[in-house]
Amino acid sequence: MITLSLSDILPYLLLAARWTLLLSFIAFVGGGIGATLLLLWRYGAPKVGGRATTVYIQLLQGTPLLLQLFLVFFGLPLLGIEVSPLFAASIALTLYASAFLAEIWRGCVDAVPRGQWDASASLGMSFTIRMRYVILPQALKIAIPPTVGFLVQLVKSTALASIVGFEELTRSGQIVANATFKPLIIYGLVALIYFAICYPLTLGSRVMERRLRVTR
Amino acid sequence: MLPSNGSSSPWPKTSNPSMGYELDFSAITANLGLLLEGAGLTLMLTAIAATLGMALSIGGAAARRWGPVWAQTLVGAYVELIRNTPFIVQLFFIFFGLPSLGIKLTALAAAALAMTINLTAYGIEIMRAGLEAVPPGQREAGLSLGLSPLSVFVYVTLPQAVAVVYPALVSQIIITMLESAVVSQIAVIDLTHVADLIQSRTYRAFETYFIVTLIYLGMALLLRCLFNLAGQRYFAGQRG
Repeated sequence: MITLSLSDILPYLLLAARWTLLLSFIAFVGGGIGATLLLLWRYGAPKVGGRATTVYIQLLQGTPLLLQLFLVFFGLPLLGIEVSPLFAASIALTLYASAFLAEIWRGCVDAVPRGQWDASASLGMSFTIRMRYVILPQALKIAIPPTVGFLVQLVKSTALASIVGFEELTRSGQIVANATFKPLIIYGLVALIYFAICYPLTLGSRVMERRLRVTR
Repeated sequence: MLPSNGSSSPWPKTSNPSMGYELDFSAITANLGLLLEGAGLTLMLTAIAATLGMALSIGGAAARRWGPVWAQTLVGAYVELIRNTPFIVQLFFIFFGLPSLGIKLTALAAAALAMTINLTAYGIEIMRAGLEAVPPGQREAGLSLGLSPLSVFVYVTLPQAVAVVYPALVSQIIITMLESAVVSQIAVIDLTHVADLIQSRTYRAFETYFIVTLIYLGMALLLRCLFNLAGQRYFAGQRG
């Protein structure tokens, strides 16, 4: 047993939280790019792309993230790609985020009235121009609150990376808890740090949603 | 830890060197019984969490809407705290942390408790939206007919509220089932833990997790299908 005071433990956990933030950031940016590509495919080629993106979203939303993580972690080496825990977690969370963001943003694009599509098409605008100047500006506005809300879910999901040995906040908490035999305080602190990251995002999302409801 | 493709590999030699690795699902067919047991435990945990969680969600949502101020604050704090922290940390807190307060739980009890606590927090928010969606006139009409406030809640408000948010509740229960994969980490022998066991014995990690992922997908689709049928039966025509 190691005796560590709180003033030793807290900085250690806070430093570990940086990895949680980094992983969340990677997954969010990667997922955002992935979701954009999925949606372009979906609306660009409604027949094939529409069906394929629906299946993709269903698959990723209908299976546990932990198993997706394991599949990446154990599957990529079979293809001859060596994976570090960070790399595996980044890939798995990026795929996961792309499915959820695609579903959220699809809802936002579909919320743009049909007439906007028809009107812009009748003006002879190409698909790209229509998307860029008519549909997306309207969809983006509605999309921000639920996207921030999903970010909370994503930050929480990064905790699963601890299971494949990536030393983020949860894994560091486990290490300290095992070394000090003070699991109650340590996991309490870990939970509070997650809360400190997530709660402002939750509040922000809620405020933006309210504001949106007023302006519409 | 992982099979490497080098010639000095201690892992089983593959017959096709250009592939390096051949998928082999015999490990899964040999352990079907174990997988079924694991899936059964996952479904049982989900059923416990869903039953307790729904009951608590209804109580919590009612307390948040009509309860005294301190109860509203308490429920609100509970919901925010649970919804803004990861499930795995909640699980570790309960299983590893609570024994130092003298509350010792078996892994299975800790898993059921953590899942219930987690589902309840989301359930309260969903039920609250449902209660808000019922027009106040319904309640007033019930009261003016001489029904007691409790009867009005049970027979008038609640059924309409549940009918409105039923799809959201079903989604949340399925999410809880999928998230329960994490309880394998405290040695509950659920479906994921069975997969861990099989892969550590057979070194067929990818095949095992692949099949188990599909089993989860099947269970999620099956649950949704069953709940939808039940919803059509009990709430037909009630949703405005």
